[in-house]
Amino acid sequence: MKNYLFESFKNMFPCDSELANCRYFSPDKKFMKDGYSGIEVQNLNVYIRDNQILKNIDLSIPDKKITCIIGPSGCGKSTLLRTFNRLTDDVEGVKRSGKILINGENILDDNYDITELRRIIGLVSQRPCPLPMSISDNIAYGCKIHGIKNKKQLSAIVEFYLKAVGLWDEVHDRLMSPATKLSIGQQQRLCLARSLAVEPQFILADEATSSLDPASSRNIESLFVKLKNEYSIILVTHILQQAIRIADYVIFMYLGEIIEAGEKEEIFCNPKNKLTKEYISGSFS
Amino acid sequence: MKMKLKKTKNYEEIIIKLIMYASTITVFLALACIIYTITAQGLKALSWGMISKLPSGGFYIGKEGGILNAIVGSVYIVGASTIIGLIISIPIVFYLNIYLRKNSKLAYASRLSFDVLFGIPSIVYGAFGFILMVFLGIRASLLGGIITITLLIIPIFVRSIDEIAREFPHDIIDASYSLGATKFETMKVVIRQLSPGIATATLLSVGRAIGDAAAVMFTAGYTDQIPYSLAQPAATLPLAVFFQLSSPIEEVRARAYAAALILTLIVLIFSLSGRLIMNNFSNNKLK
Amino acid sequence: MLFLTILSIVLVLIMGIGLYMKSSPIITANSLCKLLSGTSWSPIRGQFGFFPFIIGTIWVTGLAIIFALPISFFTASYLTEYAKPFIKRFVFPTLDILAAIPSVVYGVWGTLVIVPLISKKIAPFFTSFSAGYTVLAGGIVLAIMILPLLISLLLEIFSSVSADLRETSLSLGATKWQTAKYVVCRKTMPGIVASVVLSISRALGETIAVLMVCGNRVIIPHSVLDSCYPLPALIANNYGEMLSMPLYEAALMFAALILFIVVLLFNLASRMIIYKLEKENQ
Repeated sequence: MKNYLFESFKNMFPCDSELANCRYFSPDKKFMKDGYSGIEVQNLNVYIRDNQILKNIDLSIPDKKITCIIGPSGCGKSTLLRTFNRLTDDVEGVKRSGKILINGENILDDNYDITELRRIIGLVSQRPCPLPMSISDNIAYGCKIHGIKNKKQLSAIVEFYLKAVGLWDEVHDRLMSPATKLSIGQQQRLCLARSLAVEPQFILADEATSSLDPASSRNIESLFVKLKNEYSIILVTHILQQAIRIADYVIFMYLGEIIEAGEKEEIFCNPKNKLTKEYISGSFS
Repeated sequence: MKMKLKKTKNYEEIIIKLIMYASTITVFLALACIIYTITAQGLKALSWGMISKLPSGGFYIGKEGGILNAIVGSVYIVGASTIIGLIISIPIVFYLNIYLRKNSKLAYASRLSFDVLFGIPSIVYGAFGFILMVFLGIRASLLGGIITITLLIIPIFVRSIDEIAREFPHDIIDASYSLGATKFETMKVVIRQLSPGIATATLLSVGRAIGDAAAVMFTAGYTDQIPYSLAQPAATLPLAVFFQLSSPIEEVRARAYAAALILTLIVLIFSLSGRLIMNNFSNNKLK
Repeated sequence: MLFLTILSIVLVLIMGIGLYMKSSPIITANSLCKLLSGTSWSPIRGQFGFFPFIIGTIWVTGLAIIFALPISFFTASYLTEYAKPFIKRFVFPTLDILAAIPSVVYGVWGTLVIVPLISKKIAPFFTSFSAGYTVLAGGIVLAIMILPLLISLLLEIFSSVSADLRETSLSLGATKWQTAKYVVCRKTMPGIVASVVLSISRALGETIAVLMVCGNRVIIPHSVLDSCYPLPALIANNYGEMLSMPLYEAALMFAALILFIVVLLFNLASRMIIYKLEKENQ
């Protein structure tokens, strides 16, 4: 099924590979329907060892926009992100209540297929973590574990996404060399390409540019801006300027609660809550 | 395609999980089986007479008596070896950690040698001990056993104590020197600080040494009697098991089972208490 | 104190030299090649072919590793990836106890349990009669003896893989087993190899337990149900008659020398692998 999604994606990042025309993972049935195609959080509470980390979170994350979650350290931003892809399941002593609806289904349900969830939600973390393999194996890893075995398809996918993040020109001659030999900016782009290769709907970025130099940071930021046409991007950041630069929708969190959420202009120009005002003006961070 | 993928992933997951459970259970089962067998056979043979009498009529064919010879022999050999081993090992560890700088080549070579010595099988220690004894003109006796077990036990001591001593903060040593203490007095301070670690190492080493048969085979000999001088052969618990197990006479075999049970109990008590002290020690460590 | 510290290095050298000197009579009498590959063993006639013993050692040790490696690997994987913490509290003491049990006691257990098992239950499928004292018995007992070492080494290695790496793999949608198979294994392969090498060197030297169950017949085993005669058993069984025949003592010392050198080489090999590993990580 030729997907309109990929057509427009191809136009953004021109590439020669014919095989990239096909989509390898059949999209979720509900993806095309009416109804909310972002993430809807209903009354989420997360406790880790009797400490309440997230309190009564109610949010709607818009589809195909860049959403920035801002707030001081320790306010639960990372925990919220990691609850979206259920990495918090493995933490000792964790207790959750509430719902997170993606494509109309509650992903916190015990019967929900976690591996499929993690395919449609990609995570780019603060410190780039290349797997102990070659560059092309890194990108192909996600596809391999979800069942794509054809070597031709895999190499087409690798080429496509390396071009998409702008790494192709830099590494095309050493695809088999270990990924750990790349610079840190290149590694972060590699991690992004790796997450994209499994065709997610959402990309979560947990302070994705904190470990990078300014040039690489700008690089990643412009990639996010390009990508938001096809993916919903949720960024956690403690750099307010970054939010101002690229966000469409902003959520301010403090001590595990959502204080205020809205369009970027509203939050930064007309914050309604006193805490938000103080945070934005730099009274605390 | 989505449904098919899920299924194949599931089959592999299920099989692997089964294999994992089976492997872990095998470990538990093996231990349970060993403990049960030894206890079942050993308890049948165990009695007060067993541990307080010597075998009468020759250890291989005599029906009466117990294994006192082996118990006392083991205690003598391992006791003496432990004391001598400690006297030799503690200065070595002290020297390695306090005198020599951390990156010194001598320290590296020495530690490497101790690691090598740690890995050498006890039969080779037995053979070497035998060579030493021939060289020194000693026959298979208590002394020979002590020498060999001491050689066996020193690398174990050094390795265990060294591991703990490496994390020892040097500030205490500097403080001691700056108060005008001599090297010997400083060493006493260090020893007191390390004493839980030394105790653990001792318990673990004793557990290892008392159960070793191959090293004493050539060097300590075997006898029905309790040795009253260093030149006499000594019986040991492991050899008591080994030599008496294959006897055609039921009572002799019973002595072997009893010896095996006692040996296991002693070793377990020593090793487990060593681990307990180690765990407690690391909870209270000075940081 | 300096003297005592140098003692260790000196001791290793003295051991090697001492064993060599004691075995030199037999090395000068026969060429090294003939000694290691000769198949007939008859001390009375002055024939010392060590091949059956070397092969016996290889059979038993090889079998032990074949049994122990999968069990250790899957147990260690299970404990690091899947198991809830309270299971670890049971496993560690179990491993400690297994490691502490003396070799003789394993031998007794092998004689009482494994040998009859083979004789009555396993052998009838394959051959007409077997007393049970076989390579298989030695392999099984030896495998259980090296399990604690191998499991704790593998556990240490698997736990040293950073949580970030595991999370990265999991957040791409991999299952825990896929993470273990493709990521953890790849990362720790040198460590796994070093652990196996170390375990082999420990298994090679195990004397008493194997001796009690392996049959002690000077033959070249052709199947796991044959008896065998590993090198350590050779030394331990015959030390009593050592001095009665010329060259017999030298022959046994030569066997000890072989063991010493092989264990030394394996030990150094595993260190080199670990050293390379640490260099790569930096």
